[in-house]
Amino acid sequence: MSVLARPAFTPGWSKAFGTNGALAAGSAILALFVLAALFAPLIAPYDPIAQDAAARLAAPSLLHPFGTDNFGRDILSRVIWGTRIDLQMAFFGVVFPFLIGTVVGTVAGFFGGVVDALLMRLIDIILAFPFLVLMLSIIAILGPGLSSFYIAMALVGWVSYARLVRAQILVLKTQDYAVAATSLGFGRLRIMFRHLLPNAIAGSVVFVMSDAVLVLLNGAAISYLGLGVQPPVAEWGVMVAEGQPFVTTAWWVTLFPGLSIVALAFGFSLLGDGLGQRLGVAE
Amino acid sequence: MHRYRFVLTRPLQFLPVLFGISVITFILVRLIPGDPARVILGTRATPTAIANIRAQYGLDEPLIAQYFYFLRNLAQGQMGRSILYKIDVLRLIGTRVEPTLVLVLASVVLSVLIAVPMAALAARNQGKAADQAVRIVSTLGIGFPPFWLGLMLIIVLSVQLSLFPVSGYGNTLADKLAHIALPSLTIALSLSAVLTRSLRVSMIAMLSSDIATAARARGMPERIVFWRHVFPNSLVPTINLLAVNIGWLIGGTVVVESVFAIPGMGQLLVRAIFSRDYMVVQGVAMAFACATVLVNFLADLATVAADPRIKL
Repeated sequence: MSVLARPAFTPGWSKAFGTNGALAAGSAILALFVLAALFAPLIAPYDPIAQDAAARLAAPSLLHPFGTDNFGRDILSRVIWGTRIDLQMAFFGVVFPFLIGTVVGTVAGFFGGVVDALLMRLIDIILAFPFLVLMLSIIAILGPGLSSFYIAMALVGWVSYARLVRAQILVLKTQDYAVAATSLGFGRLRIMFRHLLPNAIAGSVVFVMSDAVLVLLNGAAISYLGLGVQPPVAEWGVMVAEGQPFVTTAWWVTLFPGLSIVALAFGFSLLGDGLGQRLGVAE
Repeated sequence: MHRYRFVLTRPLQFLPVLFGISVITFILVRLIPGDPARVILGTRATPTAIANIRAQYGLDEPLIAQYFYFLRNLAQGQMGRSILYKIDVLRLIGTRVEPTLVLVLASVVLSVLIAVPMAALAARNQGKAADQAVRIVSTLGIGFPPFWLGLMLIIVLSVQLSLFPVSGYGNTLADKLAHIALPSLTIALSLSAVLTRSLRVSMIAMLSSDIATAARARGMPERIVFWRHVFPNSLVPTINLLAVNIGWLIGGTVVVESVFAIPGMGQLLVRAIFSRDYMVVQGVAMAFACATVLVNFLADLATVAADPRIKL
């Protein structure tokens, strides 16, 4: 954890981003997608689920820049509306595990002993399952759908955060300010969440970004398999699946939704790298 | 040979994890709403079959007792029957192991072949254009969804260039390898992105290690320092990296088998979920978890064999 490398004073734009190209580029990409999601109804040239029998599988043209699918739906509009679903998937798929994992990791690290040992064994067991396999097994029980995806994410995804936070808390709780807080008679909750957690969280915040990439890829993959977001909702993984039968004749149906996933994932990765540099956390 | 004593003791440490895996897979199926006998047998089961299953799984007894019935059945090699395929789950999985294993091995070999030169290029030119290029490419590569990448490879390499078959598995060895080429390339391209990033870091660290400094002090050219000393030493962390990423690799296999219609365990899992063949879901999940534990054990073994200083 080194914050010494940060320049003492840099004004304006460079104050926020410095020479941190990754942070700037990542923020810009993410901002673009957020804007597209917010203003989807204004930007999208067509209704994302409106079918046009006359324009089935039309190649990209001025009328339909990304072409149309087998129902004559405009791919560009579906990609833009899909931004809403895929961003939402990445957001909630990260937030619940982050909250659960942070609390569990803090408690386990702070109390140690039996609580810690039991929680760590539970984490070992969950990590023994390949992530996607456990996700799919849980979705098999809950039934396909976006809410099942969120529940499965919350049940499986918290372990990484818990491990990260716990490792930090174990170190921090022996430091002088923590001992001082204890000797001042502060409550355990106050010490855990007001004194220790803010100092332990940097690694998790950086991990959030690379986790968002994994969640996005897994969410899209689960939807591609038909177990996540259900048609006719425009979601990038669903769109790739819908385009697969026509992949040899109409490449545009699968190309553009996939490129959107790559672009958004790249944005998250850059943001993670940039934040890592900025906060002095190496993954 | 006391270095290898862990070969005997490590499996004992795995026992709690294996116990946990069995508990989780047991609970998975019991959480399904409805009569467990019907969950196991499907909705069209006869009353006699239901009575039999109730006795075999102890479904009328408390949950703890049911878990011991489950363990007893497991010890006898019985993981239930597939509703869809009408055969024993273990035997069903047995017929699906080969394609998945071949796919995983081919993916690992390909991704190491891609990642090592990329990481070497970046590490030897740290901070220069080549390094930046490798970093950007690998950062991009992590975000490539395997299901989409597979389709793009089909368009370019199968349809346009007719190099590889589009889907399926094949019968002869050559045929199987031809069918596995595109799917394993798909997985390898994403996996190598992960490997390259970590391998680059460990190579850079190794470049400033005492080993490298000592070699340079003896007047050894930088190229030889790298390939004789830095490269072999950075392979040890790579073994562990592969073990850490085995979950990612298996996840990729599950998706890619569905894209390319390869009759492996991943495709079996996805189909079982759609047909509510819960015993198969349970069996495949357990098999994949045990495979993960086994791979971690083998990685420990390989690490100790590769570096005499490491003791476990």
